[in-house]
Amino acid sequence: MTGTPTTAPKPRLAAKARLRYDEVRQIDLLLLPERVVKLNRSGAAILRLCDGTRTVREIADALGAQYGQANVESDVVEFLMRISGEGWVH
Amino acid sequence: MGSLAQAPAPFALLAEVTHRCPLHCVYCSNPLELKHEAEELTTDDWLRVLEEAHALGVVQLHLSGGEPLVRQDLEVLVRRAEELGFYTNLITSGVGLSPEKARALAAAGLDSVQVSLQAATSSLSDWIGGRKSYAEKRAAAEATMVANLSLSMNVVLHRLNLDQLEAVIDTCASWGAERLELANTQYYGWALLNRDRLLPSKSQLAKAEAIYERKKADLKGRMELIWVRPDYHERFPKPCMGGWGQVTVTVAPDGSTLPCPVAGSITTLRFETVRQHELGWIWRESAAFNRFRGFDWMPEPCRTCDRRFEDFGGCRCQAFALTGDAARTDPVCQWAPDHALVAAAVARANGSSLKGTESTISSKDLRDLTFRRMQA
Repeated sequence: MTGTPTTAPKPRLAAKARLRYDEVRQIDLLLLPERVVKLNRSGAAILRLCDGTRTVREIADALGAQYGQANVESDVVEFLMRISGEGWVH
Repeated sequence: MGSLAQAPAPFALLAEVTHRCPLHCVYCSNPLELKHEAEELTTDDWLRVLEEAHALGVVQLHLSGGEPLVRQDLEVLVRRAEELGFYTNLITSGVGLSPEKARALAAAGLDSVQVSLQAATSSLSDWIGGRKSYAEKRAAAEATMVANLSLSMNVVLHRLNLDQLEAVIDTCASWGAERLELANTQYYGWALLNRDRLLPSKSQLAKAEAIYERKKADLKGRMELIWVRPDYHERFPKPCMGGWGQVTVTVAPDGSTLPCPVAGSITTLRFETVRQHELGWIWRESAAFNRFRGFDWMPEPCRTCDRRFEDFGGCRCQAFALTGDAARTDPVCQWAPDHALVAAAVARANGSSLKGTESTISSKDLRDLTFRRMQA
């Protein structure tokens, strides 16, 4: 896992990570040991689909359909590269 | 002062469920007057605290101490934390974390475990902790992995173990840690009492920091290394706790509620207890939590310093411990009126002939160390 981060064929949230909707702050959070990451709406939507059964394209298609937007795959890839570089998605 | 506007909801609760601990570490940041079992909050008290913390916006629970595993009700607390949606982390010496215990805690909803280690070699680690415990730590790390819990490790660094840093890092990696906190000693409690024996020289520290940088790059993607800054050797203070009463709330074994685990040492402030008040009220409204929020309390040179937005004037506990006034600029700051207090300690460390390596530690070198003890 050294060098340029890449996305797995079927990304899955790291076992140590938990996705939670925070009702007090009304935002999505990614919870990790000793760390809390505030997510925006699309980031949370992507991570909710990272269950190890979907390819990156399938995730992008599902999101595109959900938000009525085409061509979101490059945004999804960029987000997942960043998150997997941190070790939060495998 | 508009306290509500300056009191964002805390993300984390540090629950110090006990001060009892099998170890006697010479650098412990717990208060010198440790609370006895009879003074501890009950299980029902803690369950209520967890609910109040959830309502307040806490999403992360750190179960700490002392050694939290000496409490018999840990699984009950973890289960409630899981129901409330907390990310729950156990901060332990490792003593008492059997495979069965780890499995039971994981089943109750525990997410991660942080095991402490005192040095790379069992002899030095056991010596610094004041008890034979290295083998149990190793077993605890394994039990954590077998229970599919995320393993972090924490090693407090000082003059006596800094020269083992490379072996410390390799040991933690071989035990399966995903992250390792290399925590240069912060001088509170027992550590402040032992400061002249623990504070490293500038050159010892520089060698260690170079090793940290190299190993961090080597281990990228395998184990995350975190370097807790050795503030005495720096020009500017740490942004302690992300600011007073901003991010984390600590509840001590007896229910005292604090902006940081060490704040109880500030005897000029009155800290409220969850036995008498709701946690949210203490966080938002109590005088102690509002005392150092924002910037209005600051003296010069902080008051007009651009760095006040980064370091919030440094650490209030350190200001109190060194000057007797918690409102002064952290003496670590090179511009602090009291900086000479820190500079003198560092000068003594730089000129000290005390040995830093295990092979040369003699009982004579160490006889002035005070091991953490609960008074009878």
